Amino acid sequence: MKLLFLKRSLAATAVLVAGGAAAVAAETTAEAVPGAVQHASVAGIDYVSTLFVFMLATFVGLDVIRRVSRLLHTPLMSLTNAISAIAVVGSILIAGQQHSDYRFNLLGLVAIVASVINIVSGFLITDRMLKMFKRREVAKA
Amino acid sequence: MNTWIQIAYLVATALFILALKWMNSPETARRGVIAGVAAMLVAVAGTLINPAIAVSNYKWIALAIVIGSVIGVPLSWVPLTAVPQRTALSHAFGGLAAGLVGVSEFYISFSGSGMELSSFRAGALCMEVLLGFLTFTGSLMAAGKLQEILPTRPITFRGQNIVNIGILAAAVIGCVALTVNPSYAILFPLIIVLALAFGVMLIMPIGGADMPTVISILNSYAGLSAVAMGFVMDNKLLITAGALDGSSGLILSIIMCKAMNRSFANVLFGAFGQVQASATKAAQKTVKSATAEDAAQIMEQAGSVVIVPGYGMAVAQAQHRVRELYDHLTKRGINVKFAIHPVAGRMPGHMNVLLAEADIPYTDLVEMDDINPEMPQVDVALVVGANDVVNPAARTNKSSPIYGMPIIDVDKAKTVLAIKRSMNPGFAGIDNELHYADKTLMVFGDAKAVVGDLAKHLSGENGH
Repeated sequence: MKLLFLKRSLAATAVLVAGGAAAVAAETTAEAVPGAVQHASVAGIDYVSTLFVFMLATFVGLDVIRRVSRLLHTPLMSLTNAISAIAVVGSILIAGQQHSDYRFNLLGLVAIVASVINIVSGFLITDRMLKMFKRREVAKA
Repeated sequence: MNTWIQIAYLVATALFILALKWMNSPETARRGVIAGVAAMLVAVAGTLINPAIAVSNYKWIALAIVIGSVIGVPLSWVPLTAVPQRTALSHAFGGLAAGLVGVSEFYISFSGSGMELSSFRAGALCMEVLLGFLTFTGSLMAAGKLQEILPTRPITFRGQNIVNIGILAAAVIGCVALTVNPSYAILFPLIIVLALAFGVMLIMPIGGADMPTVISILNSYAGLSAVAMGFVMDNKLLITAGALDGSSGLILSIIMCKAMNRSFANVLFGAFGQVQASATKAAQKTVKSATAEDAAQIMEQAGSVVIVPGYGMAVAQAQHRVRELYDHLTKRGINVKFAIHPVAGRMPGHMNVLLAEADIPYTDLVEMDDINPEMPQVDVALVVGANDVVNPAARTNKSSPIYGMPIIDVDKAKTVLAIKRSMNPGFAGIDNELHYADKTLMVFGDAKAVVGDLAKHLSGENGH
């Protein structure tokens, strides 16, 4: 049963990484396509190393999450909710930079609001739930 | 400055991993939250010192953070029975944030400023808005169903799967085309519309019993959209934190699927929970019923009691009465355990949180796999608002829609007490053979009222 689980997780990771690799492949072939947008800053992003980071983070994530107590799956979900609101980083960068059109900043600001809602409510409710989990000794006292 | 930003992101990543690692036990879990908060503060601080941010924009960012906090704080006060809705709603916010950032990034690339739109970035952008916007509408639908603003039963029509797969295929083809040639900008709004539509269509045919799986899948998508954002913006913190969230959702959905013996595809396209037209058979079978007083007497004689809670307990808000019953039984020296099925309730771990809220020590909450071997020695199994997860048809009846699903073997206990409002079949519309078994006594009534009566009888007859 554990083996099956590992196999599925591996397969899922493989699919994701393969997807990324395909995008890199498309990247290299696209350069040959006439009419494609000229990309001056290809050298700016090290695609392969970002994929590396993604792959390793996924493996760490699968391994760490697998050990989470089943008792705590609801708080886990609200905690990861707050963590995935890391999108706030991207939102701040979009909202903060000067753009040719202020509407880009506006979209960024709305994204900040949405992310901060998740950060604040996610962490607070996780803590509220975790406070309720007590051992028997504590419950009696 | 750039080095400091990267160091901040590195520290934040480590803290996020520790936060999740500490969730492995209730003892250390609260430390995990502190680590998570610290990680987020470091990440936000590291972003705010970025020299690319114009000084005049800080006040707007501050305003947005204040607005988000003002909305976020009350959202954390919801009653615990509403946690599934809140979770679905915050998946929607997460998806929206990713989608909006994706839209800005795409058009900024065409406005001259910002990074050039290479194929890699175009592909990642497509994934970001596709996952972001489908999570947005899908999670709103899920939240609506959980809050019962929308009908909770699956809404189906002929050719639904073909329509859904068609929408998804069109969106994916659009993404591929845009990746191959990022100058086809006209495709971008089309992908957004298709993603929004697909989110709605995907959740429409899903019933309440499948919500634990669906919420987990949406959790995963919200994380993956953050990963895609990381690829677009070349930001490793977004990639790592998103990947942690994505893998969490993935693992939870695998656990949920296994607990129902179903595949992802079956959950998403199977429209489980439609009413079965087999109610006629039930009429001929007889049911033994008991009053709360009879049931209390039976429990009094027992040496061990296992309580199996289900969504019905959450609906009736009966968890505090269950706690009273637990207190009276343990006071009499009766061994009480709670058997928790992985998919009981509307999200992973839902029952554990409700029982913890009622101050029941988590050491008495036992997982299905650990309680089942003990079941034949149990004197009384008390089923409170659970139905499909205790239906022996899952083991015996090959034609049953839930055949093969692992269940809590309450039918092996010496006596079964089942609290139920009426003989109407449960959510999945499947008749439960357990209710007709010789050893089963039905106690009819609202879960909260019946458990309250049980507790009263058990305390009153004590005599002092």
